[in-house]
Amino acid sequence: MSIEVRNIRKAFGNFVALDDVSLEFPSGELVALLGPSGCGKTTLLRIVAGLEYADGGQVLLEGEDASAIHVRERQVGFVFQHYALFRHMSVFENVAFGLRVKPRKLRPAEAEIRRKVHELLELVQLDYLADRYPSQLSGGQRQRIALARALAVEPRVLLLDEPFGALDAKVRKELRRWLRRLHDELHITSIFVTHDQEEALEVADRVVLMNHGKVEQVATPRELVERPGTAFVEEFLDLDDHGPEWLLKAKLARRDNRHPAAGPKLAAA
Amino acid sequence: MTSSRRFHVLPGFGLSLGFTLAYLSLIVLIPLSAVFLKSATLTATQFIEVITAPRVVASFKLSFGASLAAAAINAVFGLMLAWCLVRYRFPGKRLIDALVDLPFALPTAVAGIALTALYAPNGWIGARLAEYGIKVAFTPTGILIALIFIGLPFIVRTVQPILDDLEPELEEAAASLGAHRWQTVRQVVLPLLAPALLTGFALAFARAVGEYGSVIFIAGNMPLVSEIAPLMIVTRLEQYDYAGATAIAAAMLVISFLLLLAINVLQGWSKKGKR
Amino acid sequence: MSAAAAGALHAPLRTRHDHQASPATREARWVRITLLTVSLGFFALFLLLPLVAVFAEALRKGWGVYFAALVEPDALSAIKLTLFAAAVSVPLNLLFGISAAWAIAKFQFPGKQFLITLIDLPFSVSPVVAGLVYVLVFGTQGWLGPWLQEHDLRIVFAVPGIVLATVFVTFPFVARELIPLMEAQGREEEEAAIVLGATGWQAFWRVTLPNVKWGLLYGVILCNARAMGEFGAVSVVSGHIRGMTNTLPLHVEILYNEYNFAAAFAVASLLALLALVTLALKTWVELKSGEHAS
Repeated sequence: MSIEVRNIRKAFGNFVALDDVSLEFPSGELVALLGPSGCGKTTLLRIVAGLEYADGGQVLLEGEDASAIHVRERQVGFVFQHYALFRHMSVFENVAFGLRVKPRKLRPAEAEIRRKVHELLELVQLDYLADRYPSQLSGGQRQRIALARALAVEPRVLLLDEPFGALDAKVRKELRRWLRRLHDELHITSIFVTHDQEEALEVADRVVLMNHGKVEQVATPRELVERPGTAFVEEFLDLDDHGPEWLLKAKLARRDNRHPAAGPKLAAA
Repeated sequence: MTSSRRFHVLPGFGLSLGFTLAYLSLIVLIPLSAVFLKSATLTATQFIEVITAPRVVASFKLSFGASLAAAAINAVFGLMLAWCLVRYRFPGKRLIDALVDLPFALPTAVAGIALTALYAPNGWIGARLAEYGIKVAFTPTGILIALIFIGLPFIVRTVQPILDDLEPELEEAAASLGAHRWQTVRQVVLPLLAPALLTGFALAFARAVGEYGSVIFIAGNMPLVSEIAPLMIVTRLEQYDYAGATAIAAAMLVISFLLLLAINVLQGWSKKGKR
Repeated sequence: MSAAAAGALHAPLRTRHDHQASPATREARWVRITLLTVSLGFFALFLLLPLVAVFAEALRKGWGVYFAALVEPDALSAIKLTLFAAAVSVPLNLLFGISAAWAIAKFQFPGKQFLITLIDLPFSVSPVVAGLVYVLVFGTQGWLGPWLQEHDLRIVFAVPGIVLATVFVTFPFVARELIPLMEAQGREEEEAAIVLGATGWQAFWRVTLPNVKWGLLYGVILCNARAMGEFGAVSVVSGHIRGMTNTLPLHVEILYNEYNFAAAFAVASLLALLALVTLALKTWVELKSGEHAS
């Protein structure tokens, strides 16, 4: 499903978080919102989700104005930066939550819920953790459970807030490749927020680079590196220090040559 | 600009805040305001006359003096007790840790009669002390004992978590720099505990000033000698002197508010100190 | 006032680091022994001894007198009134605590800090003043006095006054526990629930409430102990009518002032037992919530 935002404005007191932002996210793409902290990327993500309301402008889902639709009805999957797993529920119950709170008429039968939760846990390769509690999981495992939980309600779009921000470097690299592959499998329109340029360039189909509440450039990773649109882009991507060739080699080459089958062992995460 | 039509993702803000404010006003704010409105019916001279009557002044002096002394004694012994509970292992530690809160849980009237029974001239402790000519019950010393009882947990419970959170590296660093244990404790540990200790002191003090149940039994309630301020309010009420009772209450409330303010400032300070 | 005023839910002693194991953080043996002796002696003298005295005095004249004092009609009606006052004030203040914590912890609004201070007010007011304010509002000379008399209603020196005074002194207990707890937990989990399609009620019942259940229970236990044990405030509004407006603590006072010490201590021992049960429950909740936190 496609997402579009038009002329979004948002201020917190005197601080302008988003200043007339308009963007289109085509169906099936994985897009990164990239920028320094305080650039408005997380606010934009939360507005798309319906967790925050814009002061002005519109959010369109599949061409339809969703500005007045409550989060509950927007059918978005949201993965929180610190996962927001329900700490008093087992992994299984966490993933089942979205199905259990459906209105009685739409709620699947218990057997169907079980089947579906196990299917999702298999998808994120953590079926063996079903009875554990969030506090007993590693950061990488929590991340994948949060993703499984978001997918359980069959969201039309998937929104991820700094999905790898709270993980250590090694797990982070493995997980982002895994996310890319998962996206290639599911083809669900996805937006993720990151402040890490390497992450954005390696994982995303397209990158939206933001600064001070405005969009600096929207481009594929290759275009962004080869033809930075503004001085800020150039500076933020560190092109001065290393030159575009370095980035291309170090990041893009690895990604373009990747064989999906040769991914890392996820169980280690 | 759109704050008026701003709605929240989580529901119930209007309902919960509305109920909170209504209930707070009905139970606490409106009745408390009665104290000030009632005392406003007195002229300034009448008001001053009430609160400067010799018995009232003596009761204020006693209440504040004994409360201050009790809080100070608790600060010393409470700190030691907290130190033992956090740092040492000894049999029965868990039980003692749980019993520290006894004064919070034990009805004050029960504490009052128990202390009186202990310190009365024929009581377990009172009889021993009487041999040396020391009288505790029905004197200001008895009041002090009761106020020590109710104040102790305030000190222990404010100091304990801070002491527990203290990184051992600080003390190890001090030791590696050549400090003796006492120097480390005095120059590194105690300054870090000071804000919490002061907060606990203020809390124990504030509680003691208003305390009634545990004190009146052991106090003897002799005019000018062992009458506490809250008792003066009760005495006036029993004489149907509502205005007089209210004037004393208003004076106490003002002092309590000032204390509350001081405690909040101290707590802000101690939170900063923790970081 | 502060968390300590209500004895806020604190994790059981962790003793993560044994300070006595390392020479750098160890006190000399004689220092340790002195500290332990002095502080435990202080504890025994000021806390333990009064507790023991209650039971010793209560049983001084034997079990017969003890039980007679507890089943006497005035004692029974005092027990009933005490239970009634707690049964009204605890649920009311529970509802208030949840509502206040929800508004304060999950939303931003101006004057929040001031509101928290106001909620703490009853802790810093002398119990006697707490009783006095209701006399000023509902007493014969009070604001509503003439109106109440016209309609033949009694609040002060009657059961409603006792309940009101109890509600006042136990007012902050639950809110005190829940506000910091719910603030620390933030609103992400509720947001996650809503994104997953939960309604506000579902988010509250399935996510918020289970997350704060130990803090809630803790607040209720402390609130109940104070409600059943309050003396000063209740004493001012009760009028001390035997068999009518006497709660257990007031009954203790009357018996004591009549020099009926054995009976006074027998009833007092009932309240002391309540205190011990409260402390046991409180410790159990601390252990439980500690298990869940780690």
